[in-house]
Amino acid sequence: MNLSNMYQEVILDHYKSPRGKGLQETFGGEAHHVNTTCGDEITVRVQLSEDGNSIKKISYDSTGCSISQASASIMFEQIDGKNLTDFNKSSEEFLAMMQSKGIFEPDEDLLGDGVSMIGVAQYPARIKCALLSWMAAKDAIIRAKGE
Amino acid sequence: MTISDSKIKLDIKKIQLDFPILAREVRNNRKLIYLDSAATSQKPQVVIDAQNRFYETINSGVHRGAYYLAELATDAHEHAREIISGFINIKPDQLIFTKNATESINLLSYAFLNATLKSKTDASVDRRLVLSPGDEILASELEHHANLVPWQELCLKTGAVLKWIPITDQGLLDYSKVDELIGVKTKIVSISHMSNVLGSITDIDLIRKAAKSVNAFFFIDACQSVPHMPVDFTKLGADAIVWSGHKMLGPLGIGLLAATTELLDIMPPFITGGSMIETVSMQKSTFAKAPKKFEAGTPPAAEAVGLGAAVEYLQKIGMKNVHDHERHLTKLMVDGLKNIEGVTIYGPTDDTDRGSTVSFALNGLHPHDVGQVLDDMGIAVRVGNHCARPIMDKLKVQSTTRASTYIYNDDSDIEALLNGINEVFKFFGAR
Repeated sequence: MNLSNMYQEVILDHYKSPRGKGLQETFGGEAHHVNTTCGDEITVRVQLSEDGNSIKKISYDSTGCSISQASASIMFEQIDGKNLTDFNKSSEEFLAMMQSKGIFEPDEDLLGDGVSMIGVAQYPARIKCALLSWMAAKDAIIRAKGE
Repeated sequence: MTISDSKIKLDIKKIQLDFPILAREVRNNRKLIYLDSAATSQKPQVVIDAQNRFYETINSGVHRGAYYLAELATDAHEHAREIISGFINIKPDQLIFTKNATESINLLSYAFLNATLKSKTDASVDRRLVLSPGDEILASELEHHANLVPWQELCLKTGAVLKWIPITDQGLLDYSKVDELIGVKTKIVSISHMSNVLGSITDIDLIRKAAKSVNAFFFIDACQSVPHMPVDFTKLGADAIVWSGHKMLGPLGIGLLAATTELLDIMPPFITGGSMIETVSMQKSTFAKAPKKFEAGTPPAAEAVGLGAAVEYLQKIGMKNVHDHERHLTKLMVDGLKNIEGVTIYGPTDDTDRGSTVSFALNGLHPHDVGQVLDDMGIAVRVGNHCARPIMDKLKVQSTTRASTYIYNDDSDIEALLNGINEVFKFFGAR
């Protein structure tokens, strides 16, 4: 099945055993995003470091399909504790990959297990699923900065 | 009558040949198994040809121009109106062409808003259309957003209050609540004929009697019923019904409103401009009679002609035959789903009369993932909330997988779906 391009083992693994799922009580900014086509939802909370330059703690809770759940789990692994410059680089790389229609050589240093999402980029209807958590994280960071 | 009693007279293999899209391959060079007709139906060649022929041979502005082509185009447009109005047993001037069923419902809701606004300065406005704060509009919890949001908006603008018939945990209308929800303040009752999520059919007689007992206007969203079963406007007893062309083998871009002459006479227009006027001066205008009053601007004439061809195609098959065939497929589908461990079906699963739209869940799996794996096998189903979010909340699900049939589906399509579902479980190692 060509489907195994999309549903790579690593994705199914994150889906079945999501990393870091569950909201932290302490946070500086929160964002709630919904994928209107399927109703998938995610809440992301971000606590920035005191200097405001890095993500001290990111947490999330979400419901949705395997792609959106795996993507959130991978994002958590990749950006928890990272500085904001690294987050932006990873986030931009991920967005570029998802918009590439699958013709892209993702940087594993920036994306970690996120490189496994390259197959999803070939399915336009699923790109939003993969991006949901990253977009919510971006929003939560903006809100954390604003306070 | 149970399904097993009904004879399947249709030659489905022959019908399938009329639909060119069914011959194409989809992902992985798979044969297309189209089970999303509740969203939009496929089109037979005669519809595609009729629409093309309009553009190839008579394209011109309808209802204007004294030249030959304009006459032919106008005739074709109005002939389509005759065919379609005959299909649901109304006079041609009771049928309004719109863009889609959503616009048809907005045409109704805006008539009330416009009448309410105009009534402040215009004594000729019919008071039955004027809403006051505290007046009530009754819908139901199983409505498609198209038969919900326009009424919410009307309430916001007029101070009217939206009420709704709740649904049971099984997703069926709770008729026991109707009496207490309808009262002297109820001005509008608008309800769907067949659920686009669950396939359940509404007890129209019961709702009509309740609505008429308080002289409320009674509207029906017939999007899922008119394409799939015999519908006679006069028997429904509604003041207006709406539906769409593209769900009944017709082109995209054309919707319908059928209404009583009385209602069409008193409703102010929704969209104004060219083609819908009687006289125009720089100060004011007067409007044409229905149907023109509600058809401002250049109409989708080729689409109307295509839809006329679709109706003739359905009439040849016979709507009772359409419904019987789909009942047969629905029974196959529901019985098959019941036999698969780990599947939950939403909506009626017994032999009650119902439409062919079946919503279900594969326990532990997200509909988007289900749909994706089915797609890999060439099977097109709908996943999501089906523009009916309140039902999802009631069923306590985020979304469902929905399969729906039409006359071009056969037993093998249902078998493919059932096999596909087993493959989905296998793929995700669930169950």
